Amino acid sequence: MTAVGLPAPRRSSLDVVLRARELGIVLALAVLVAVTTISNPRFLSGQSIRDILLNTAILAVLAVGQAVVVITRNIDLSVGSVLGLSAFTVGTLLQNNNLPVILALLVGAGVGVVCGALNGVLVRYGNVPALVVTLGTLYVVRGVTYFWAGGSQINADELPSGFLNFGNATLIGIPYLVLLAVLVLVVTGVVLRSYRMGRELYAMGSSPQAARLAGIPVARRTIGAFVVSGGLAGLAGVLFAARFGTIDAAAGTGYELNVVAAVVVGGVAVFGGSGSVWGAALGALLLTTIGSALAVLEINQFWQQAIVGALILLAIGADRLVAARVAASLKKRGSHVS
Amino acid sequence: MADSSPVLRVRAVSKSFGAVAAVREVSFDLYGGEAHALVGENGAGKSTIVKMLAGVHRPDAGTIELAGTPVDLSSPADAKAAGIAVIYQEPTLFPDLSVAENIGMGRQPLGRFKTIDRAAMVRQAGQLFTRLGVSIDPNRPARGLSIADQQLVEIAKALSADARVVVMDEPTAALTGVEVERLFAVARSLRDDGAALMFISHRFEEITALCERVTIMRDGRLVSTDLLTDITVDEMVRKMVGRDLGALFPKQDVTPGATALSVAGISRDPVFADISFDVRAGEIVALAGLVGSGRSEVVQSIFGVDPRDAGTVQVGGKTLKPGTPKQAMAAGVALVPEDRRQQGLLMELSIERNVTLPRSRALSQLGFLTGGRERRSAKEWTDRLKTKYGRLSDEVGTLSGGNQQKVVLAKWLATNPKVLIVDEPTRGIDVGTKAEVHRLMSSLAADGVAVLMVSSELPEVLGMADRVLVMREGRLVAELSRAESTEESVMFAATGQEATL
Repeated sequence: MTAVGLPAPRRSSLDVVLRARELGIVLALAVLVAVTTISNPRFLSGQSIRDILLNTAILAVLAVGQAVVVITRNIDLSVGSVLGLSAFTVGTLLQNNNLPVILALLVGAGVGVVCGALNGVLVRYGNVPALVVTLGTLYVVRGVTYFWAGGSQINADELPSGFLNFGNATLIGIPYLVLLAVLVLVVTGVVLRSYRMGRELYAMGSSPQAARLAGIPVARRTIGAFVVSGGLAGLAGVLFAARFGTIDAAAGTGYELNVVAAVVVGGVAVFGGSGSVWGAALGALLLTTIGSALAVLEINQFWQQAIVGALILLAIGADRLVAARVAASLKKRGSHVS
Repeated sequence: MADSSPVLRVRAVSKSFGAVAAVREVSFDLYGGEAHALVGENGAGKSTIVKMLAGVHRPDAGTIELAGTPVDLSSPADAKAAGIAVIYQEPTLFPDLSVAENIGMGRQPLGRFKTIDRAAMVRQAGQLFTRLGVSIDPNRPARGLSIADQQLVEIAKALSADARVVVMDEPTAALTGVEVERLFAVARSLRDDGAALMFISHRFEEITALCERVTIMRDGRLVSTDLLTDITVDEMVRKMVGRDLGALFPKQDVTPGATALSVAGISRDPVFADISFDVRAGEIVALAGLVGSGRSEVVQSIFGVDPRDAGTVQVGGKTLKPGTPKQAMAAGVALVPEDRRQQGLLMELSIERNVTLPRSRALSQLGFLTGGRERRSAKEWTDRLKTKYGRLSDEVGTLSGGNQQKVVLAKWLATNPKVLIVDEPTRGIDVGTKAEVHRLMSSLAADGVAVLMVSSELPEVLGMADRVLVMREGRLVAELSRAESTEESVMFAATGQEATL
């Protein structure tokens, strides 16, 4: 046995792969935009881009929250319903009531935090898989919203103009909604990457048993992840209300699948431990752009679902392939004892 | 050298799981700068001790003292904070995270705004590896590291935490000779830096090479703590196993008949290699060895549940194709598996369904199971095995462990096997039922069934078997006749001390 000098520091291949993974989405996005624009130049008009970004903003906020949960090897299917409840709560509160926007945002996020905490506690202490728990709360929360709304609908003319403005106004040309989404993305991204708390979430998803033995407060972190996802879903509900102005009890129905799709396409591993919120947000942008592009290209909207499905399969297939190759190369590098 | 006052004192700790007392009033001291071995048979309570030190289990009674003050280790985080590092046989790393991150987890160096200073973290990991004299790239993910390298990462983790006590639970089980040497060099340097080392191993040559003191446990109790200079390997083995062999084992004398099962040179990389033996009709052959020596894998390969790379298995002169349990069953082989809850029974199904499952085709009429014949057959076999149950339609999961085992036995005996393979037939069942199972095996052998028994319980092996085959690390290392097999000779063969054979 001899002391060996340190190998020259280099980027780990995993980092390179992850980077490439996000690069792949950017590339797909560029191709899609190019093809669509050639067919119809109006696709790159200011209004069109604004619409895509506004729609992405809501999906991206949800996807960031979902990514946090998926990284811990869980899933939150209740986000669509939480968005609906939050939107309806905020709508009811603001109905003919001129309250500041910031209060609306806090109330919406608060509704989500409560739902998220419920999910987290059930998953952690009920010892039930997150898939089942959040499938349950998906229906419960939606049911509560329907019961409360009783078929009523909140219309844009009942909402204060300041709130509706927030949904459409821009700051130096960028919509507030988009700015808010970027803020959420950056803060979450930095916490996940550079704070102990964030790394512990990755650790838990990578090996739950090792996380327990390493003394990570697994219960607190699990509940925390669901609270973040719930809170962001609540926030997305406020953005939804501000953007569309018309809110009924069905707001956000089926969103959960779009969100999970965005996260998976964005390269967050469903078995936890890897991926980033940047990828998830890019996934959201890609899916939204596909939706708009199909409309512009006058392709039947029904194709959209098939394309999203194919994209998910492609993303998972690519991940498996990359994982296998990385594993093979790591094995070769690993055997330095001879 | 060793300090005079112990770093860690374990005082009269006890721990029970349900009705089973795993550890009873065990006390020992660990000294700084000293390596302390903990030995005992499988199930002697070593792992429970480790888990109590790791904060995974909490002692029911007794205290653990660190440097003279009692500590309450109620979670792994507490143990870590107290300076106790545990290195498990299967290292527990985060495969998706980098090696540096694995080492730094929970103690990452922080920079501005409490963000993790990655460069410093990688530098620290690099320094630790230099100190350990190994070259692992701190930037690479932990996924794909060999077990040996993973253990070195675990040791680096312990070093970075300035652990005062390092517990190593069978760290060498999966290592090659060179890797063991390297691990020991690292362990010695840890010890010389003043850490108290606790080392668990089944290999006596490793214990004598590394340790100064040894604590021996048996059946959850402390037998003795000795300096290794004061005790021989022979004495250690005797202290580990020493208990009375009662007349519990009613083995009838049988003159063996023709060869029923013939195994020739079967191998499965890397689990076992070149295993050959015969079992004759009327004979009970025991396959002994330590847990992990490959015994269960061998019998599963014979039955065809697991694949094999080479070799042939013949039953009554007929060669079995590998990987086909159906053919093995047709040839008259039955396997009562080790883990009855997972492999032996369908816990949600009724007793009668479980008993008749391998014969559902034979018991059906025109392809339908009508119930009557199933019930009659199930009743016959459960009665013969004196199974206690409420109704035949009750779920098997509601029975006690011993009665569940009888249902598994009934299930396979009803197929009228010529070769019966039993894997740990009496694990976790009470003494009375144990004796019944033994009587049953004995009478089956008397009726001309060839019995191959895997067992970790030495008294059972010695009491029941006509011949004992001993496996160590995937190889058949000894074949002992009933006269030759004693606790010592089997343990010596199983642990690699063949001097007395």
